[in-house]
Amino acid sequence: MIQAAIKFHDVNYSADGLHILKNITGSFPEGKITTLVGPSGAGKSTLFKLCNGLRSPDSGEILIKGKPIEEYNPVELRRNVGIALQSATMVKGSVLENLDLPLTLQGKSIDLDDAKELLHDVGLADNILERNAKDLSGGQRQKLSIARTLVNKPKVLLLDEITSSLDRVSQHDIEELIEKINEKYGTTMIWITHNLDQALRIGHCTWVMMNGELIESGDSSLLMNPNDKRVQDFVKGEIE
Amino acid sequence: MSYLTLSLTLIFVLIPLILSRTLKLGLEKDTLIATIRSIIQLLAVGYVLQYVFEVDNIIFIVLMILLMIGAATQNARKKGATIHGITWKLIVTFVFIEVLTQSILLGFQIVPPTPQYIIPISGMVIGNSMVLGILFLNRFTAEVESRQDETELILTLGGTPKQAIHTQLITSIKASTIPTIESQKTIGLVQLPGMMSGQIIAGADPVQAVQFQLLILFILLTTAVVTSIMLGFLSYPTLFNNRMQFLKLKS
Ligand SMILES: Nc1ncnc2c1ncn2[C@@H]1O[C@H](COP(=O)(O)OP(=O)(O)OP(=O)(O)O)[C@@H](O)[C@H]1O
Ligand SMILES: [Mg+2]
Repeated sequence: MIQAAIKFHDVNYSADGLHILKNITGSFPEGKITTLVGPSGAGKSTLFKLCNGLRSPDSGEILIKGKPIEEYNPVELRRNVGIALQSATMVKGSVLENLDLPLTLQGKSIDLDDAKELLHDVGLADNILERNAKDLSGGQRQKLSIARTLVNKPKVLLLDEITSSLDRVSQHDIEELIEKINEKYGTTMIWITHNLDQALRIGHCTWVMMNGELIESGDSSLLMNPNDKRVQDFVKGEIE
Repeated sequence: MSYLTLSLTLIFVLIPLILSRTLKLGLEKDTLIATIRSIIQLLAVGYVLQYVFEVDNIIFIVLMILLMIGAATQNARKKGATIHGITWKLIVTFVFIEVLTQSILLGFQIVPPTPQYIIPISGMVIGNSMVLGILFLNRFTAEVESRQDETELILTLGGTPKQAIHTQLITSIKASTIPTIESQKTIGLVQLPGMMSGQIIAGADPVQAVQFQLLILFILLTTAVVTSIMLGFLSYPTLFNNRMQFLKLKS
């Protein structure tokens, strides 16, 4: 049986009096690509923040590789469980400085050849290294954000709608890259996407969340013929 | 100055009152309140100082300084209301800067240890520290608020709270201390500093007045920089918990 990279047991989370995650129980299998789908506001991004300790649950337990999340040192945990944030936020400075950020934080710095290779991997030209990162287009920022998350070589990679502003070709390139990393390093991937075709293409497994609840989870094929009525409606709406 | 000549100075209050009335500026009420408050407050301070100078007792000096610190804290805390425990952080900062400056001044015998020196200098130090505190807190809370995404990004990548707030902290420290440093570059060219003017009017030797003014300027440099840095380093940890999670500002 495949071990769970991340396991939720009856997890609840609220912020500002809003019950955002409700009794979440489920697991993300190690070494697989799991897609996380659901309508806006379902709590998907919030779930990611709980996975790498940016937030703590009000109740319930989160296990990372079988060990309770609180037992990890937060810094170690976040380097091993990386998030490419939905907002693709950049700090002030050049593309290189942004790419280098994960290492700068550890008092190291990135090898220039490695930097160029990473840019190439995500489909960015390496002549943009000196450009101001805040001047990049939305799609370029997403690519840079993915590359930056890869710098820490995380064992679990949480991808929050990383292809939402990309054209079809770039979208496919990123999908290939993620699949390649998954195969080569056995990296566990959890991928939030609004694109159900994409979820079917790349996901081994899937979680469907709605209104803070985990409605269904299992093999990706469940998206083709879901059991739950709400999921059926959601799937129909997304594919039309 | 006799009370008769002093009352003649009210002409300078009448001018804005009449102008405000004729031009319907609506400043009469505030002008009157300001005038009455300044008369009462300053006269009270004058008499209190006279008494404290006469008695020359350390307890009264300490009491006056505590009063100043209390008032400064009361004023500045509103600007940092979103930061947990801002009141005691301000008190610690003001006490520290007061002790620091006075120990240097008295320790090296730069000024004599009499209330005539200690109290006015303390007033300037604490007053300026308060203004710096307000400038810093204004800027810092705005920076923290507007750059939450960057803070969260750095934490996500495995940065520490200090790394996650570093840019905001440094920007705010710089922004709040720059006015103090800049204003010293042009001092004396356009406007004579208030304290120096006062001393010259009261009949002091201008060069001696300048020496004292320089002393004050340098003290205020220390006050500005130390206040901002100290408040910054006392404040930023309250934005995070021990799990290195970014907490929302109090609203
Ligand atoms: N810090 C916060 N404070 C208060 N409410 C929050 C906070 N973060 C998220 N929420 C709320 O939690 C709910 C879930 O938000 P979340 O960002 O996790 O949704 P999502 O599934 O990622 O949506 P989307 O697909 O639009 O990205 C929303 O109603 C949101 O308003
Ligand atoms: Mg989201």
